[in-house]
Amino acid sequence: MADKVFIALQNNAEAQPVIEAIVEDNPQAVVNETPGMVKIDCPGRLVIKRETVEAKAGREFDLQEIQINLISLGGNVDEDDDEFVLMWNV
Amino acid sequence: MAKNKRLGLKEKYALMTRGLDWETTYQPMDKVFPYDTYEGIKIVDWDKWEDPFRLTVESYWKYQSEKERKLYAILDAFQQNNGHMNLSDARYLNAVKLWIQGITPLEYAAHRGFAHAARAFRGAGTRVACQMQSIDELRHAQTQMHAFSHYNKFFNGFHNFAHMRDRAWYLSIPKSFFEDAMTAGPFEFVTSIAFSFEYVLTNLLFMPFVSGAAYNGDMATTTFGFSAQSDESRHMTLGLEVVKFMLEQHEDNVPIVQAWLDKWFWRGYRLLGLVGTMMDYMLPKKVMCWKEAWEIYWEENGVALFHDLGRYGIRLPKYHEVAAKEKDRLTHELWATLYQFGNALGLHTWVPDDEELDWMSEKYGTLFDTMYKPRLLYFRELEEKGERYFNNRLPMVCQVCQIPVFYTEPDDPETQSVRIVEAKGTKHHCCSDGCADIFNREPEKYVQALIPPQQVYRGEAGGATNIFEYAEWLHLVKDVDTGEYRGSPDNLNWDAWHARQKAPQSGAAV
Repeated sequence: MADKVFIALQNNAEAQPVIEAIVEDNPQAVVNETPGMVKIDCPGRLVIKRETVEAKAGREFDLQEIQINLISLGGNVDEDDDEFVLMWNV
Repeated sequence: MAKNKRLGLKEKYALMTRGLDWETTYQPMDKVFPYDTYEGIKIVDWDKWEDPFRLTVESYWKYQSEKERKLYAILDAFQQNNGHMNLSDARYLNAVKLWIQGITPLEYAAHRGFAHAARAFRGAGTRVACQMQSIDELRHAQTQMHAFSHYNKFFNGFHNFAHMRDRAWYLSIPKSFFEDAMTAGPFEFVTSIAFSFEYVLTNLLFMPFVSGAAYNGDMATTTFGFSAQSDESRHMTLGLEVVKFMLEQHEDNVPIVQAWLDKWFWRGYRLLGLVGTMMDYMLPKKVMCWKEAWEIYWEENGVALFHDLGRYGIRLPKYHEVAAKEKDRLTHELWATLYQFGNALGLHTWVPDDEELDWMSEKYGTLFDTMYKPRLLYFRELEEKGERYFNNRLPMVCQVCQIPVFYTEPDDPETQSVRIVEAKGTKHHCCSDGCADIFNREPEKYVQALIPPQQVYRGEAGGATNIFEYAEWLHLVKDVDTGEYRGSPDNLNWDAWHARQKAPQSGAAV
């Protein structure tokens, strides 16, 4: 199986639409909760789509807003206006 | 009429970060940027540098100020509501003392180091990224001091961390780590801190430990910890970017980068022994043990990163297999050492209670039950007889990582691991093959290392002739700031405050 990428977010109200969007757009994503924090692992590639986050949050969303509640990540980052992607190139 | 289209993130980043600098003409570029070539790293095209977050200065300030507003609102609420009373136990704060004494000064050192790196590189994109990181690190040092200042009102050991940082033997472990990095060239500095330390290793501090802080009721540490870590995500990405950039620019860079990755993996791992010990011994309520954290954040996530770099010819760092062999014992060996030398520490140590010992047995199994639990129980027995064990000397420390030479052989947990290295006619002691290799690669650097226990015994610690005078020179009060937790003022105050809270309201003032 491909190595896992991950993203960790603070487990607060603002981060919920992002977490829900990740779960919806990445069927292989596994959500691990520890106190204060949500860590999401996914084999090979994980995408956060602006459209999905906006649908969950019910408002416009700039993907750079995830900086505010981001704790950590693992993987090569590729970000544009519509998608924030984490991936391993192997 | 043409539609006035908003600039996309990638276009905006390109416009705001490219073509703003120039080739100097009054002086050659090599004289303006004298430090970015001597390490042997060959850069063909600086414009190939990419910042994956594409953060412009404008959005940097926007998001950082948002983070600060959130953080300080929570710190205010924590202080106004006497948040310290909701901690799981006052023992927990010893981890926080180690943080402000040992880690906060590293944030400040990182601020200085990145400011230097931001001047050293001739590529403008690289300079901007280092400059932002330098500002972030200053923010981290400041927010940590602000968050911990509340504890300083109620607990001992927080009062003089800046004074202690340059004098305390155990604080030279983190201090020497950063000074080693800062005295290297700019490429090695960024590889050591942004890649090896931040990408590969700080997850272990800021994720499981800070999550543990949340579990132990420390909202202040949790909030700045996670707020700082959101900056770290950017730094990690910078670290990975600089490593990929060097590897893609020239094949001659590969062996240089590999040697740095070997060195800084091992140095970072040694430093993290302190974090592991904080997790296993200083968190009264446990989230995960060191061994589990190592398996998730290094063996799974860290190794994935190295697999990704495999396409450039990078292999796993040397001695990663030794770290795997040590994961069952690292924290137990380190805690026993801190416990013994407690009269020269600005924090308290103790023997864990039965519930904690059971947790360690469950997590660490037979080795813990046969090697480390009996020792802890023996310490407890002595303490109950009124003979709490202290080793009232200072330990011999490793010439490279400065951790006491007390770890054991990778394949034999009953034999002390010592390596003797020689340079310029003098012998030096190292704790492991990893540290001995680092010494032997640059002996002229490490023979100069300032080793605090040696300095103390030479009379360079205010003339102190024993460990108690040395502790005074550190501005530590015996048995108040140092020594055993049980019966310390922190312990007695904590019990008294909670007894008062629980007492029936008879109207009598206490």
